[in-house]
Amino acid sequence: MSVAAVDTHAPPAHEAAHTTTTGLSNRKLLFWAFLGSECMFFGSLIATYLVYRGRDQVGPHPHDTFNIVFTSFSAFVLLMSSLTMVLALAACQRGNVRGTRVWLAATALLGMTFVGGQCYEFSEFFQHGVKLQGNLFGATFYVLTGFHGTHVTVGVLWLWSLFMMAVRRQLGPDRSLDVEIAGLYWHFVDVVWIAIFTLVYLIQ
Amino acid sequence: MATTAAALDAGVKTESGVWSWITTVDHKRVGFLYGTTALIFFLIGGVEALAIRIQLMRPDNHFVSPDFYNQLFTMHATTMIFMAVMPLSASFFNFMIPLMIGARDVAFPRLNAFSYWVFLLGCVFMNLSFVMGGAPDAGWFGYSNLTSKQFSPGHGVDFWAIGLQILGIASLAAAFNFIVTIINMRAPGMRLMRMPVFVWMTLVTSFLIILAFPVITVALVFLLFDRFVGTHFFIPQAGADPLLWQHLFWLFGHPEVYILILPAMGIVSEVLPTFSRKPLFGYPVVVYSGIFIGFMGWGVWSHHMFSVGLGPLADSFFALSTMLIAIPTGVKIFNWLGTMWGGRLELKTAMLFAVGFIILFTMGGLSGFMHASPPADLQQTDTYFVVAHIHYVLFGGAIMGIFAGIYYWFPKMTGRVLDERLGQIHFWLQLVAMNLTFFPMHFVGLLGMPRRVYTYGANLGFNEMNFWSTIGALLLAPAILVFVYNILVTLRSGRPAGNDPWGGGTLEWAIPSPPPPYNFGTVPEIKSLDPLWHKESREAALVANQVRGHIHMPPNSHWPAVSALGMSMLLSGMLFGWYVGIPGVILMLFGFYNWAFEPCH
Repeated sequence: MSVAAVDTHAPPAHEAAHTTTTGLSNRKLLFWAFLGSECMFFGSLIATYLVYRGRDQVGPHPHDTFNIVFTSFSAFVLLMSSLTMVLALAACQRGNVRGTRVWLAATALLGMTFVGGQCYEFSEFFQHGVKLQGNLFGATFYVLTGFHGTHVTVGVLWLWSLFMMAVRRQLGPDRSLDVEIAGLYWHFVDVVWIAIFTLVYLIQ
Repeated sequence: MATTAAALDAGVKTESGVWSWITTVDHKRVGFLYGTTALIFFLIGGVEALAIRIQLMRPDNHFVSPDFYNQLFTMHATTMIFMAVMPLSASFFNFMIPLMIGARDVAFPRLNAFSYWVFLLGCVFMNLSFVMGGAPDAGWFGYSNLTSKQFSPGHGVDFWAIGLQILGIASLAAAFNFIVTIINMRAPGMRLMRMPVFVWMTLVTSFLIILAFPVITVALVFLLFDRFVGTHFFIPQAGADPLLWQHLFWLFGHPEVYILILPAMGIVSEVLPTFSRKPLFGYPVVVYSGIFIGFMGWGVWSHHMFSVGLGPLADSFFALSTMLIAIPTGVKIFNWLGTMWGGRLELKTAMLFAVGFIILFTMGGLSGFMHASPPADLQQTDTYFVVAHIHYVLFGGAIMGIFAGIYYWFPKMTGRVLDERLGQIHFWLQLVAMNLTFFPMHFVGLLGMPRRVYTYGANLGFNEMNFWSTIGALLLAPAILVFVYNILVTLRSGRPAGNDPWGGGTLEWAIPSPPPPYNFGTVPEIKSLDPLWHKESREAALVANQVRGHIHMPPNSHWPAVSALGMSMLLSGMLFGWYVGIPGVILMLFGFYNWAFEPCH
């Protein structure tokens, strides 16, 4: 077994693939396990929101707070960023340096648009009287969507780091695994948003 | 660690000095760090237990104040669960898993070092509370709304919640690492059904950790928001349901019970065959039972909540699932008995502890089965009967299993065999003292003595049994001291172990004790379960000791320790203030960034 399987970085994807038991790279496997763990994390947050829904004696309540049209738009933006993420990975795997840069930047910008939309939404809700300390809706909503927004923000930072690597021409096809793993994370955060958007915003 | 001629051939340096321990990424050294730290906290938790028992020795006693008593039982449980039993298991994961599956290190050596440093800092942080205004005092389960600002105005609960978050990060990081290591780093031919049972149980435990800890993380986040921001997640006046905490806590807490016991079951499944001179009876059944327990562990949490009044349907469901989970556990016990049946038993200390584990754990299982029945449970909830039960499964079970592991693998870890005579004294003293301490608690509990109350009246009929319990606890202390003395004597002048002092069948016994830094000069091919016990597969396994040319091992790194320090500062900054938190964020990001871009050649 070469060092490639023992360490986290330098090994090119194809080399690592030959030295592990399953043929999958260690980092990818770690990430799948991490996403499983994250499911329980967001699952607990969403479950709490649902359990506490309708228990508030004082408003504001969800149905007179949400702006479904606006949030549908930002959900659409986030979903489109999954498409650009796939294009970034495809470009990276094909050795298309320019495409990698363009699509990584597009994904990061779409993610930033989403986070910006969330900041706007939060400030609107805050004006409307939805506060963390206000009622259970405020607490469960802000903590759930706040953690999701934090995940998107971490993803954006990650994407810009990859973008910088691409600019320095360090992100060739041999390192496409780096993009692929960031993509796994990014798609997961998108899927969580689909769950949140459906269960929190649409079903009222 | 010993420098061997072979190590020089392989071009791998052995290192020494404090800095080499801080920067080490060698799974064996990380295992040592885990084990040593956990043993120290085991002693601290033991002293807390002694103080509890001395307080309860006589009725209306005033050895400690009621407030301090609350801190003692909270910290005793928290320490034993998160800072002693879990990390002692982690110590074996670290040291033994790569050796048992034929790997040169874990999948992510630096992540492994990181999880140790986070664990250490979490322990230190939690125990700082004793000197910073009072330790946590709301119980290790931290039920709301006792933990609210209104009822716990001090900082004890803050230390507890933040400390558990820090320790949780350490457990998660380690669990991810071992899942990947076990799935992906096995030697050629080490198929899943050729893995030693301890490796299997580590895998199941790691999955339980990565799925259970996020749930307690979320519950603790809510609690911290309630306490620091003023939200109402657990405040009934605002419409919140304090039962939400109980559900979240036990959805984590019950898998946590199996996180504590499954590694011990794995250890016993290694020790019994070796000292019975027989392969494990029904290996696949033991493995499947362990996996089944891992699954079922998710469906029983509300049996901790029967007294809440969840209604007949929920009570029936959780009673049935709890009774069901006893089946795979019982199956394992019969497998262990079947392993010993007709074997050539060698009652070495490790074997004694393993047999002690079977007996005591069975007793704990039987009392557990009693409170699977909701009507019986209503009588037993919050009494010493439950205290007796958990100590039979966690002390009689997990700790006895861990001691079996220590006596069994200490030679592999250090190259010296623990003194057999002292070991026997330790075992018999501990066995007698353990039963003397905890057996009377069954009766005193059924008589109605409540848990977590600092004293009791003289006319309730509890006096004699409490007295003998305390005598038992006072006898446990010398038993543990004999063990500590044994370690110190053995490290200085113990009998050299050689490669295989017990005639074990698994791969770790094929290589020197202690193993060279790279473990295997050549990664061997595995041809069967218990490879050293079959002629052909034994020869294939012994190839491991041939060094063929240069072996590249990952270099030391201080970034895991730096990142761990930053992360712990960030989290403790919630309590200590921004002047700890902000530098913590910077340090953590700096550490992670350098870690990510650190060259590894």
